[in-house]
Amino acid sequence: MKVAVSSEGPGLDSQVDPRFGRAGGFVIVDMETMQADYVDNGASQAAAQGAGIQTAEKLAGLGVQAVMSGYVGPKAFMALKAAGLDVYQDMENRSVGDAVRCLADGSVSPASAPNK
Amino acid sequence: MRIVIASGKGGAGKTTVTACLAGQWAGELLLADADVEAPNLHLLLHPDLEPPEPVFLEVPELAADVCTGCGACRPMCAYGAIAMLGAKPVYFQEMCHGCGGCFAVCPEHALRVARRELGALLLGKVRAGERSVPFLMGRTRVGEAMTPPLLRAQERKLADLLRAHPVDVLMDAPPGVSCPAMTAARGADAVLLVAEPTPFGFYDFKLAHAAFAQLGRPVSVVMNRVGMEGNLACEDELRAWCAGAGLPVLAELPFQREAAEAYACGLPPTEAQGATGREWRQRFAGLAAKLRTFAEGAGHA
Repeated sequence: MKVAVSSEGPGLDSQVDPRFGRAGGFVIVDMETMQADYVDNGASQAAAQGAGIQTAEKLAGLGVQAVMSGYVGPKAFMALKAAGLDVYQDMENRSVGDAVRCLADGSVSPASAPNK
Repeated sequence: MRIVIASGKGGAGKTTVTACLAGQWAGELLLADADVEAPNLHLLLHPDLEPPEPVFLEVPELAADVCTGCGACRPMCAYGAIAMLGAKPVYFQEMCHGCGGCFAVCPEHALRVARRELGALLLGKVRAGERSVPFLMGRTRVGEAMTPPLLRAQERKLADLLRAHPVDVLMDAPPGVSCPAMTAARGADAVLLVAEPTPFGFYDFKLAHAAFAQLGRPVSVVMNRVGMEGNLACEDELRAWCAGAGLPVLAELPFQREAAEAYACGLPPTEAQGATGREWRQRFAGLAAKLRTFAEGAGHA
């Protein structure tokens, strides 16, 4: 399974970006191999509106099955659920690697509603 | 003729100026409040209002059983209201501008017409002495992010009213220089900019002038809250700037406690008790006459 973590930088050591739609980028982690790839999300930061929907669409297109972030807005949340992705919120104030370890050891659970 | 009263900065005095002009306008008149996100002209003019008439925008609704997931609609939408998430597109109706493009490109006719409530139009009458002045205002639904479609509906209503009974229009515009203000100003014969001589007010005034000048509408100025301690340098700067830009300053309204007191009681300063009310009525009779001459002259230019 692949998980996308909103990130302020390109690696597992980078801090989780609390924003989803306007996150600087996403670290895509393969949970089996722990291989990490980086996807830049800079373009959506300039979008006047609909950044969350755009970002959700992009991640769904990358074959990601789960998203970890800080705050996910209502439209972005709806978009992620429509694409069948699990959403993990309130993951800010830690590194991408720590967030992924929380997912691996089952100490976090997917959200049923947006927290923003 | 139609005069649009605008400002750039909010709180500069658009509504007060509109309400004061209304009482001193020579000739038949219609009053319109186009600040549909926060209408307030009715708070000063107290019209008798008819029940609100809801306004809707036609938006697409996907018939998922008919949609084949071809994705033709996705790139059509310039507003990001359609996303391909999984096998079928997902429609975000609150993002839709109602352009109809997705209906036009869907090869399966998988879209039905749904509607989103934008807000309401309210018609009424303002009693001003023996006169009864028609009043039109729009009010955006709480939670609705888009105002131009409601403003266009208000414009159609206004056109209907004027076709039946052509009169002058004084329109209280939305603040700012973005889509709502520009949509309101588009129909103006002349724009009256209310300028507040503060650094913030002056800055936004220049933005407003730059924006409205592009519409090709003649712009004149009324300075508000003149003589306020600390603003004198800014007043001089504003006068000089207007002179340099060839903008006529048709009136300067004083900063005055009695005017603010009347406003706080829900009255334009022209309705204040005693000498204050008299002075303000005189001031606005003068402004109304100059404004009419300005708009007529601009029309012939």
